[in-house]
Amino acid sequence: MDKLIPNEKLDIENILKDLKDYHPRRRNWIWRSSEGGTTSHISSDSKDAIYRVFSDHSKATKIGKFTYLETSKKLSSSVPLPAAHYFDNIDPQPSCSITTEIASGRFEDDIRRMRMAAWHGADHLMVIRTAGQSHMEGLIEGTPQGIGGVPITRKQIRAQRKALDLIEDEVGRPINYHSYISGVAGPEMAVMFAEEGVNGAHQDPQYNVIYRNINMIRSFVDAAVAKKMIAWAGIAQIDGAHNANATAREAWKVMPELMVQHGINCIFSVKSGIKKENICLSTVPPTAPPAPCMRMDLPYAVALREVFKEYKMRAQQNTKYMSSSTREATVSHTLNLLISELTSADIQSTITPDEGRNVPWHIYNMEGTDTAKQAFAGMDGLGTMLEIKRHNSELGDKVRELKERAVLFLEEMIEKGGYFKAVEKGFFVDSGEYPERNGDGISRKIDGGIGAGTVYERDQDYMAPVTAHFGYNNLAPFGKEAVNNPSSLIGGSTFEAPDKIIFIDELDEEDNVNVRMERTKELRNSSKIMPEMEWQGDGIVQTTMFLPTDKRTASFAAIEIGKKMGLTDVEVIHVEVMHPAEGTRVEIKGRVDFTIDTAKLDIPPEPEVMTEDEIRSIIKEKPMTIVAGTVGSDEHSVGLREIIDIKHGGIEGFGIDCHYLGTSVPLEKLIDAAIETNADAILISTIISHDDIHYKSMKDLHNLCIEKGIRDKIILVAGGTQVSPEIAAKQGIDAGFGRSTKGINVATFLVKRRKEIKESN
Amino acid sequence: MERAMERRDDYLKRREHLKDLTEEQLEARFWELTEKLMDPVIKLAETHTSPSIERSVLLRMGFSSLESTAIVQQVLDHGLIGKGAGHIVYKTAKTKGIKIREAGLQLAEGKLWDEVDILFEKNPTVRANGLVVRKLTAWQCTPSRSPQLGDRSNG
Repeated sequence: MDKLIPNEKLDIENILKDLKDYHPRRRNWIWRSSEGGTTSHISSDSKDAIYRVFSDHSKATKIGKFTYLETSKKLSSSVPLPAAHYFDNIDPQPSCSITTEIASGRFEDDIRRMRMAAWHGADHLMVIRTAGQSHMEGLIEGTPQGIGGVPITRKQIRAQRKALDLIEDEVGRPINYHSYISGVAGPEMAVMFAEEGVNGAHQDPQYNVIYRNINMIRSFVDAAVAKKMIAWAGIAQIDGAHNANATAREAWKVMPELMVQHGINCIFSVKSGIKKENICLSTVPPTAPPAPCMRMDLPYAVALREVFKEYKMRAQQNTKYMSSSTREATVSHTLNLLISELTSADIQSTITPDEGRNVPWHIYNMEGTDTAKQAFAGMDGLGTMLEIKRHNSELGDKVRELKERAVLFLEEMIEKGGYFKAVEKGFFVDSGEYPERNGDGISRKIDGGIGAGTVYERDQDYMAPVTAHFGYNNLAPFGKEAVNNPSSLIGGSTFEAPDKIIFIDELDEEDNVNVRMERTKELRNSSKIMPEMEWQGDGIVQTTMFLPTDKRTASFAAIEIGKKMGLTDVEVIHVEVMHPAEGTRVEIKGRVDFTIDTAKLDIPPEPEVMTEDEIRSIIKEKPMTIVAGTVGSDEHSVGLREIIDIKHGGIEGFGIDCHYLGTSVPLEKLIDAAIETNADAILISTIISHDDIHYKSMKDLHNLCIEKGIRDKIILVAGGTQVSPEIAAKQGIDAGFGRSTKGINVATFLVKRRKEIKESN
Repeated sequence: MERAMERRDDYLKRREHLKDLTEEQLEARFWELTEKLMDPVIKLAETHTSPSIERSVLLRMGFSSLESTAIVQQVLDHGLIGKGAGHIVYKTAKTKGIKIREAGLQLAEGKLWDEVDILFEKNPTVRANGLVVRKLTAWQCTPSRSPQLGDRSNG
């Protein structure tokens, strides 16, 4: 497989073939390149009131009819935002990297989702690990199925990297691939990531200690070694501080501690060898509406970007206060994006709006990615018009206070005997805003936790003959070359000689990708399809309904409705009160167990549409006149006016002379007007469909035109929301147009039909 | 376990010594203190190793994850982790005049260890941060499983 073809599916079987010999073509993280756009940056001079600075307007980028100030290179293949068709299908790409997290438990199905996400504009694809992997000593091999994530293995990474190499060629932008280097196998994961071309990684020893109860000594000792390899491979590192925000009882109170956690991982990473420009803070706006979140989150964002100005910002979205409402999550996330726009983000992470209800589904990865793309396009260059009130303001006071509280936190840690002692005393994730303490912090013992007692002092003669090894390494007795290049002792390590990597295919005969794919083979090799949300053939569908009853009754009724609709495993995934008595919005999910054979579907060919310019030039050459009206006792006019009016992209806009006779027009009146104006066509609108009255009107129009002797010269067209083009044609008229018809569809038809009539006469 | 501290917000009292600093000075102090906290920790990392670190060395030398695990287990059993697992494999290969991989695979199977014990002066005392640590094999660290969300905690 050399190349992906846009209208062909990615061949997963082919990706899995010959993985043994696949090596990545690059390692390092790649930032987006700006498309001649201005680069905005944070003013490092905190006396400067303008926070975001646009340095050079002369380099602004023209996309479609607009000028953008903060975009990156456009994609060669992409899916633009839904409203883009109003704007010549432009698809402006924001200047920062956009993350989406894809880890359904089956990496093979995630590959297709990664391709879709790349087309929507994500270039940082993050794979969450399966539950419990951080507690596993050593690497997992093969392709077992995961829970809430994917078991990160060499085969899984290699397959996804191989697919992403194809996908990045298809979209014309490098894709950064990301997973996690924490837990008790950190150094081993780091080796594998460096070998396999992983470009981004979470690595923060504090995460192990606080949230995974891994022994603190082991965690920090391992971390330095892992970080040194992260540095060697040019991997962008993301810390784990945001977890304090997600864990704390009142997330807006842990801001001083969050700054301390970021600081600890930054300094420890620098001392392990990572360049500051590859160290990213994982920062989250701590709170969400209905709290007045912007007034808390914005000062925090400003404080972070000032204290950590030498580092990169990975702006995450809030997960702490997510409910099962995807609408609500989208609004919270949009406010988070406003903070990124007003301050800065090098990587903008996205959270799928369904995360409050389930492990993310395909469609919500696209929604999350699109929310970021849409918000940034809309806010492009906002900093030229708005500025943050940095000084002598509520924000300014808060920024200073946060910095002071963080310094006080650090002072007390040192006073209590250093980092390890402070962790033992429960300094972290206390719900009080430091220096307030509520005594509910997470406390860990220096000799406790997973992996306690597994750290050993290196002897005087400790030696490791490999590249990128952190710490004491007694190489001097092995000669000068060994000191400069330790792996020269073994003829190069796997970092220099990837052929030395031993690839393990599968260890489990039952739990592997081949067995899983055998079960869904038919869906790939036939014309049969099944709906899916996470995995091929999962059969999951989602249904939204309004039930005119109270919340609890509605929930139970909805399950019965789902069952009667033929769904199995029906579950309520969202309930929202519209009114305590009047009704409830309920969303359910369930499975269907049938397939649809697309080869047996009767799909009419897509109507051909001429270009606007083509139609205009034909009309200019030979003018066209039409008469139009809503027929029967029907007062609807909106649909027909949209087809006619120039301001709605209607046929007037192409130069067609339109005589609109209004609503409830008798057919005879239309025909008389047509004869009088020597019209080429009569357009009738038929909204009311009771008792098939709309089809009767079409038949009557056809017959009346025959009576008047004009049928062979005139084009008869009917439209309406309930009109089926096939049934309309059977009434004797020339064409029927149903829902979602545009002026250009009708104009194309009129031009073509007139030509046919002329040729047949 | 020591009871964690409870305290009312005494920020206004505590900040007395900071109130005259400029914000630039506050930031400088932030970094100075962070560095002071991490200096002893990075020193600890420089002078210590762990089974995962040693397996990472063997992986880089061209052993598989399974082979690395077996070799490090042997190294731990012989109390020689302080020498470096890669060092042991390298020196054994050189002394025996065999390939690195061959030496490692034999060591993984428990072979050649009499010679290794002679090659390296045995010194099984291992300490970390002043604490005498218990030898604990990897297998004793049972993975605990958390339900629902994977290993990310809102990554």
